[in-house]
Amino acid sequence: MFRSHVLVCGGTGCTSSGSAEIIKKLEEEVKKNGLENEVGVVRTGCFGLCALGPIMIVYPEATFYSMVKVEDIPEIVSEHLLKGRPVKRLLYDETVTETGVKSLGDTDFYKKQHRVALRNCGVINPENIEEYIGTNGYAALGKVLTEMTPDDVIQTLLDSGLRGRGGGGFPTGLKWKLAKGNDADQKYVCCNADEGDPGAFMDRSVLEGDPHAVLEAMAIAGYAIGASQGYIYVRAEYPIAVQRLQIAISQAREYGLLGKNIFESGFDFDIDLRLGAGAFVCGEETALMTSIEGNRGEPRPRPPFPAQKGLFGKPTILNNVETYANIPQIILNGAEWFASMGTEKSKGTKVFALGGKINNTGLVEIPMGTTLREVIEEIGGGIPNGKKFKAAQTGGPSGGCIPAEHFDIPIDYDNLISIGSMMGSGGLIVMDEDDCMVDIAKFFLEFTVDESCGKCTPCRIGTKRMLEILNKITDGQATMEDLDKLEELCYYIKENSLCGLGQTAPNPVLSTLKFFRKEYEAHILDKKCPAGVCKALLSYSIDPEKCRGCTLCSRVCPNNAITGTLKEPHVIDTTKCVKCGACMEKCRFGAISRK
Amino acid sequence: MKSLEELKAIRDKMKNQVGIRAEDEHQTRVVVGMATCGIASGARPVLTALSNAVQEKDLSNVMVTQTGCIGLCQYEPIVEVMEPGKEKVTYVKMNPDKAMEVVEQHLIGGKVVVKYTLAQEDIK
Repeated sequence: MFRSHVLVCGGTGCTSSGSAEIIKKLEEEVKKNGLENEVGVVRTGCFGLCALGPIMIVYPEATFYSMVKVEDIPEIVSEHLLKGRPVKRLLYDETVTETGVKSLGDTDFYKKQHRVALRNCGVINPENIEEYIGTNGYAALGKVLTEMTPDDVIQTLLDSGLRGRGGGGFPTGLKWKLAKGNDADQKYVCCNADEGDPGAFMDRSVLEGDPHAVLEAMAIAGYAIGASQGYIYVRAEYPIAVQRLQIAISQAREYGLLGKNIFESGFDFDIDLRLGAGAFVCGEETALMTSIEGNRGEPRPRPPFPAQKGLFGKPTILNNVETYANIPQIILNGAEWFASMGTEKSKGTKVFALGGKINNTGLVEIPMGTTLREVIEEIGGGIPNGKKFKAAQTGGPSGGCIPAEHFDIPIDYDNLISIGSMMGSGGLIVMDEDDCMVDIAKFFLEFTVDESCGKCTPCRIGTKRMLEILNKITDGQATMEDLDKLEELCYYIKENSLCGLGQTAPNPVLSTLKFFRKEYEAHILDKKCPAGVCKALLSYSIDPEKCRGCTLCSRVCPNNAITGTLKEPHVIDTTKCVKCGACMEKCRFGAISRK
Repeated sequence: MKSLEELKAIRDKMKNQVGIRAEDEHQTRVVVGMATCGIASGARPVLTALSNAVQEKDLSNVMVTQTGCIGLCQYEPIVEVMEPGKEKVTYVKMNPDKAMEVVEQHLIGGKVVVKYTLAQEDIK
């Protein structure tokens, strides 16, 4: 039995900043100090504060170390683990107060969070099924199989108000009810873990930190709709998640929690993995099922909906990872508990991946209805370098931007749609005054053009034309007619595309047009990029009053565009200038400006 | 696994071990002095004995942790018990057996084991 547990984050973020070596060194040092029977080292999932990784928490004191390096480990072991003196210089600043160490739950980052889907992430060892059972794992499955009918389960979900966390927000209970109502010899339960939005990593963290929660919920779903087989469709770009899922599935089979006659109830259920090859469109439900069937991942028209004719032509339900992660908790704590969190039409919590221009890059889970201001300023720690907030992008390539004027909007499904964005799967990218909104729209369009599967014309050709117009705008070649054409094209693509990818592809353009039309007009009419991003519209010049003639700029210029003699003001030849900005970065006198 | 009882057995076994990872300000803190002086006079077995007993006996409201030099090196191993809202109790010259008495009488029974406290020592 261990008196102290050292939890080290083994999520993708911290693993890429070196947590695997830290764990190795830690185990060595613990042994060296003869502590191997007293101190347990546990590799967990994501703690959420990825910006400060690698992260390590020492229990029972809950000491939070951030940005730990391998060289720090001997000191942590001999000072803290052996002698009980926390290494102050490595503590997370927020937890250090004048009187001592503040509890983690009191820090700004964690204070307003409420963890339901992420409750075990960063707490348990995801590769040990017994730790999951120790936190009440598989109790919900036991309860469902021994005390509840399939209709009870569905009614509980309906009462809880849980809506799909993958983006659409369709009521989960209703989806299950429809699938249950369709009789068939075989039905399927699928999990969508093909998280493809740029900047989103909520599902990855749940799979890495708490894979059994997803397995348990899928088994519950199987019981509710009458399915005996489940598939998890996970992208191959998530190697840690795939590995932990494989371990979790084999452990669950070994413990009899998957397989035949679970809890002697006569209910059989098993789960297999299918790896996606990285096509964004495979996150769309019909394309995903086509891909599981072994065909090229392309969507097909609906109806028939998956609940009628889904995988292999059989009734199928498909839910997102985060949706599943909520379900065991709803079963154990009741529908009222879940419905007590959130807003009128959006219950519970939502996980967001914070990225972009924000101090606390990472993963947060907040009750629905939390305002964008709270998320960005309090939990996210604000915008670096004292810059001003310009917009937040939610919903990835299918979503839109929320401008500063809606900073106090409570985040839920309906509010976001009412202002032309969407909840999406939970990516939240923060932009400051240095970001050009036309450039952002272009970024997402480039992504959709790349990822369009090509099956239907509006999406295949339409998005390409949109991107061409956007390129014209950022190159300063566009006219106001182009802008009208762009807008018309948006509506055309929205209404005529086959699947969700095409139907939502114009959203980044539409929402930036709605809130930042002036920026588009500045590119077209004044041939200027107000944020100073679009290269073709910038010009660099040297202020002869400030230039001391140090020659540094002419030496760093990659294209020899700057000329001048020593101690005389230099000049930029704008025809040769490639606008790389190297000279401006190097100038010590602030003589070079960009307009 | 065949039954809910087996699931419950695993849960109970693991609960205390995973429970160490919960934060709770209403917990009783048991602190063992683990500076050089403490270790030299035998604080480590005391710490492990306390930690094991607390987990075995499912005392979920008790947290066992270590601290540095308390300053009374000649009285080490020192164990302090801090209950929320109560005055700190300092036990001195501890060993694993005495520690077990403290667990039984103080942490479980709520009665301070006066004979081992600092107050009983004749400090000059």
